[in-house]
Amino acid sequence: MALLQIAEPGQSTNPHEHKLAVGIDLGTTNSLVASVRSGLPDVLPDVDGNKSLPSAVQYLDNGVEVGLQAKLNASLDPENTIVSVKRFLGRGLKDINELYGDLPYQFVEKEHTVNIQTRQGEKNPIQVSAEILNKLHQRATATLGDALQGAVITVPAYFDDAQRHGTKDAAEIAGIKVLRLINEPTAAAIAYGLDSGKEGVIAVYDLGGGTFDISILRLNKGVFEVLSTGGDSALGGDDFDRAIVKLLLKKANISERLSNSSLRKMYDLGRQLKEALTDQDEVEFKVELSETTVSGVLTRSEFEAEVEDLVKKTLRSCRRAVKDADVEIDDIMEVVMVGGSTRVPLVRERVEGFFGREPLTSINPDEVVAIGAAIQADLLVGNKPDSDMLLLDVTPLSLGLETMGGLVEKVIPRNTTIPVARAQEFTTYKDGQTMMAIHVLQGEREMVDDCRSLARFVLKGIPPMTAGIAVIRVTFKIDADGLLSVSAMEKSTGVEASIQVKPSYGLEQNEIAEMIKASMTNAKEDMQARMLAEQRVDAIRIIEAIEMAMEENPELLPDAERVKINEAIANLRTATQNEDGDAIKANIKALDDTSQPFAARRMENSIKQALTGQSVSDV
Amino acid sequence: MRYFELFDLPIQFEVDTQLLVERFRTIQKQVHPDKFANASEQQKLLAVQQASEINDAYETLKAPLTRAEYMVAEHGFDVRHEQETIKDGMFLMQQMELREELEDAEGASDPEAALDDFFDDVKRLIQEYTDEFVQRFEAEQFAEAAMAVKKLRFMYKLKDEGQALEDKLLDF
Repeated sequence: MALLQIAEPGQSTNPHEHKLAVGIDLGTTNSLVASVRSGLPDVLPDVDGNKSLPSAVQYLDNGVEVGLQAKLNASLDPENTIVSVKRFLGRGLKDINELYGDLPYQFVEKEHTVNIQTRQGEKNPIQVSAEILNKLHQRATATLGDALQGAVITVPAYFDDAQRHGTKDAAEIAGIKVLRLINEPTAAAIAYGLDSGKEGVIAVYDLGGGTFDISILRLNKGVFEVLSTGGDSALGGDDFDRAIVKLLLKKANISERLSNSSLRKMYDLGRQLKEALTDQDEVEFKVELSETTVSGVLTRSEFEAEVEDLVKKTLRSCRRAVKDADVEIDDIMEVVMVGGSTRVPLVRERVEGFFGREPLTSINPDEVVAIGAAIQADLLVGNKPDSDMLLLDVTPLSLGLETMGGLVEKVIPRNTTIPVARAQEFTTYKDGQTMMAIHVLQGEREMVDDCRSLARFVLKGIPPMTAGIAVIRVTFKIDADGLLSVSAMEKSTGVEASIQVKPSYGLEQNEIAEMIKASMTNAKEDMQARMLAEQRVDAIRIIEAIEMAMEENPELLPDAERVKINEAIANLRTATQNEDGDAIKANIKALDDTSQPFAARRMENSIKQALTGQSVSDV
Repeated sequence: MRYFELFDLPIQFEVDTQLLVERFRTIQKQVHPDKFANASEQQKLLAVQQASEINDAYETLKAPLTRAEYMVAEHGFDVRHEQETIKDGMFLMQQMELREELEDAEGASDPEAALDDFFDDVKRLIQEYTDEFVQRFEAEQFAEAAMAVKKLRFMYKLKDEGQALEDKLLDF
């Protein structure tokens, strides 16, 4: 049992000073929500005491079932019960068919994505994910007893831009303010690193239900610096289950396609057998399908023979990541195991063999990611202003542009620390060319066709010039969530024609708004009420931040500016008293603009201060 | 030479990498967007810009080649995206010999030993051109310094190709 905590004298015990924030592990198989309470991170259980929420969503005639009940209903109502939806995020039908084979759903192909036909109509994987997030959101508010300030949501490190955007959109639909998207292995490292206070290089091997990540990090004085990351966003425990199903069907001489309900039963059986083989050498099984009855015995060695290649595939990613990190295997001081699939004995054995040391499993591998996310959420929301902790993560995949001949010119290589902004200059190919097609790609291969197409856009209005004279500057920016934006500009004549990319696979802002509306009963009013509440929270947060800054650095604020800022604060406060969300928004913007020069000076100043402090201590 | 100034380091090729990484971390603790998660949109934007620049500066100064490229670029000789070949007979001969050495290594009876020899040669030449660059740069002969950097780029490229072959041989 956790000990009761008593605050230090002078430290605030006012509960309103503590802002509620959660970490959410949105998993392929199970999802969790955790929070730091009284200084300790903890996974929040539901009313029945269950910590993990099965990532299963069943669309009923009336309403939606999320979690355990939905999972149990999956084989009875396979078309309307979506499990492992995370695997479909940001993917097209071709990918899904190639990667996952037969699935008991009716997919509807969209331009770059899929919808799933249910009895409630077509559902986008983002909407399905939003249902899971919504359930966790409810659990958190019910347990913590107050409104949430925001959440840190984890994603596989190897998720591409489409998948990250999808996750963030899902949170928006669920009404969750995303403080940050962080990578799952990095979250796990936080949970472990803070626990042990270790310094040095660690590896995090994260094999979940549907994704595999390997990250190499350096821990130093509270800084978690990701050196490299690798993996496969379509490899996980589900593939182990599928390997078992394939083997059982082969052994039973079944070659025709099973009904959706039988298929779901077989996958369920596959998972049960895999789990049983963790402790047992062989398991007996019997399952009644509508077509036939399948029964027999599965041994661990049969299972291991089927998944050996999958495990080998993960080790190849490990070798690549170690190399990319520019460290030797012997430099790695600890190997952390994350994800339910690391319970498979063969996985542990092979990972231990590869790294030459016994992997750490002291924190429950199912919970460690959510716990790390909760610690980061607590920090980001401002509950620990004196904390020294900092995450420096990287982008997992290279980003580039299509050039002549279907080749990809890399602009940001993989494993570049984020946030990052990089520009590359291009020129026209023909005399008098006034437009340029820009095609943004993600991936390691040299040919366009082998990389993931993220977006296409056309830069128009280039002044007609001789070929090779115009200079088009294309800027890639990746923010701290790992999300990309691209802009382009013709600069030789000083004529600016820039455009912001909207990813071709994601949801448009109006589609998101529609989905939020659809998820509410009294759509219009609820929507407005929610917007107003969000604006108010934002306003208060910003006023607090600026007032604190003014107290900290009065010397950086000339009187004239101070007067203006105070005026803007007063205006914003007045606006929050009224019901006009747009007015609050406008006043936030006004305050933001007014305080901008002060903010810039503060940042310059903090850099100087930090370095001065260090030079002194160095001497 | 803003990148050197950012980290309060002397403008010279030799960099104390330990000091560089420590200062990098210290500054990121001040400007990283995570420290501004509660701030206004503009503040967040400012933090992203600052952190991006610090990251870029750090990565540029960390590796010898990008550091040298940056140093000559600051003097008006940007060789980073240049595709043009070098018209220096001696250098071209050297390149061809090294390419042959690399091609032969794959089919050699002991490819690993052959690769090691190749790496030794490349390493020696990298040192040579680095010295050349440093001398020219210090003498403020920036065009010549830039030429040395161009040669260095070719050497590092060969080194990468050697490593790619090594990966292949070691079954990556």
